[in-house]
Amino acid sequence: MKKVFSRPKSLVDCQTHFCPGCTHGTAHRLVAEAIDHFGVQEETIGVCGVGCAVFMYDYFAIDAIEAPHGRAPAVATGIKRVHPKKVVFTYQGDGDLASIGTSEIIHTANRGESITVIFINNTVYGMTGGQMAPTTLLGQKTTTTPYGRNSSNDGYPIRMAEMLAPLEGVAYSTRVSMHNAKEVLKAKKAVKKAFEMQIAGMGLSFVELLSACPTNWRVKPLEGQKRVEQEMIPYFPLGVFKERKEKNLNS
Amino acid sequence: MVERVLLKGNIAIAKGAIAAGCRYYFGYPITPQNDIPEYLSSELPKVGGTFIQAESEVASINMVLGASAAGARVMTSSSGPGISLMQEGMSYMAGSELPGLIVNVMRVGPGLGGIAPTQGDYFQATKGGGHGDYFNIVLAPASVQEMYDLAIKAFELSDKYRNPAMILCDAILGQMKEPVALEEAEEVTLEAKPWALDGSKGRKPQFLKTLYLSDGEQEAHNLELKEKYDRIREEEALFEGKGLGDCEIVVVAFGTVSRIVKTAIQMARKEGIKIGMIRPITLFPFPASIIRETAKKIPRIMVVEMNTGQMLEDVKLSIENGVKLGFYGRPGGGIPTPEEILKEIKVMLDEEGF
Repeated sequence: MKKVFSRPKSLVDCQTHFCPGCTHGTAHRLVAEAIDHFGVQEETIGVCGVGCAVFMYDYFAIDAIEAPHGRAPAVATGIKRVHPKKVVFTYQGDGDLASIGTSEIIHTANRGESITVIFINNTVYGMTGGQMAPTTLLGQKTTTTPYGRNSSNDGYPIRMAEMLAPLEGVAYSTRVSMHNAKEVLKAKKAVKKAFEMQIAGMGLSFVELLSACPTNWRVKPLEGQKRVEQEMIPYFPLGVFKERKEKNLNS
Repeated sequence: MVERVLLKGNIAIAKGAIAAGCRYYFGYPITPQNDIPEYLSSELPKVGGTFIQAESEVASINMVLGASAAGARVMTSSSGPGISLMQEGMSYMAGSELPGLIVNVMRVGPGLGGIAPTQGDYFQATKGGGHGDYFNIVLAPASVQEMYDLAIKAFELSDKYRNPAMILCDAILGQMKEPVALEEAEEVTLEAKPWALDGSKGRKPQFLKTLYLSDGEQEAHNLELKEKYDRIREEEALFEGKGLGDCEIVVVAFGTVSRIVKTAIQMARKEGIKIGMIRPITLFPFPASIIRETAKKIPRIMVVEMNTGQMLEDVKLSIENGVKLGFYGRPGGGIPTPEEILKEIKVMLDEEGF
């Protein structure tokens, strides 16, 4: 019988700590499938951000390191410069990458480090208990925006994929979603493309994955997927914002 | 043949790093240590190394963390405010047991301060500095030759114990020129680092982390670290002793100040006053036992520092009751003169009825 579905080799066979309806597990799988696709499980070093993403080293069957909050792109830079032929990726949430780590992601992108950045945007701080993230939508209630995010006090949700795309060092920047099977398949292609870009040495590849956090949104798992589609996508449009076709000719 | 060249202290550190096999530097400009990144930006590419001017000290230390995790000998350098920004990364390095050299060419603080020589970062360097229960290995050179030698030594100790190492010096040591005997250039063979991350070919995947959530796991980790620090204390303390055989009083001073004390000692000998000196070369581990043993024979100790009394606390912890302890410090860029030091010593001896 033909085997059509199995656990990616690059994922450990274990139960995760993720909540029902959380899409971290799906994102992990997409990354593992890309690693398996390119046959680089033994050539890959993962850098975990702080937050729910931090346990990545327990779930991936690859070498991995935990970075201080927001610093994953700098840690990945150090690793990639020592092992330029290896595959290096960061896996960061929105508090990690889009708040405390904005400096590191922007400058790592601007240097054109050939690493892949997997960015989980679920509009909330997950592990710390549902506080406002830089991506929190206007009007969204969180534990630190009990009256809803108000732009006059809290500013606006930040669109990272669009913001990074114009930087010369960025080879690929895209936003995908995982709220239904069709979108997961598109997301899978995007993650694969991002690793392909890195392996080709094109520069930094960035995949923003719109994700659900039903626990901190205080909704049921299925309602979480609906919220991604109905509330997040209108503000965070899906699409490819940059795709370099040729290597950077600089120097 | 040993080559002798006239070098600036900052350059000596950079040359020592290259001699030690360091091929990666990540840093951010700050006075008075800029000669280090400038020199390495020119020299590292010639030996197949990598120099990156990072966007901040925060990024610098995390690039150091990454390169160290990848198995490389790696360094950064900065001064006070920049070193403060690096403390988070250094704490993570200590927690995940990653080696690496951090050079602090101190500047005056608190705050932005000035670039005059100081020893105000002693506490920060020797007491951990960042959050959590850890120590850095701290080396304090007192000459340009030692800037070179201790850079090499720092990498060796750092790798041996899988712990960050720091060179703590000041603008005088960084900027002055002295002749330095350079080691003969030879290929450095570094010991294998089986814990390093390089992809998991031929072995099980492994990881480096500092987060321990299971019951008792973090405590066990911290106790393992303590055992390591105890071994470092036991085996690696270094000091220079001077005139300890026949002196009436012992001065404890490190780095630049020890040079000034040496002049004070010569001046005093002409007047028939016999002063000895203990110069800690390692600040962590602190050479406590030589100070304790010396103070048993000569129970008069004077600590001289370019701060308001930081190493003084370690000396206090090293000695037993009944030892007369004096202190003379000049903070904020003030440099003690040999005359001032001698005067303070005479006051102390007079009080003792000498």
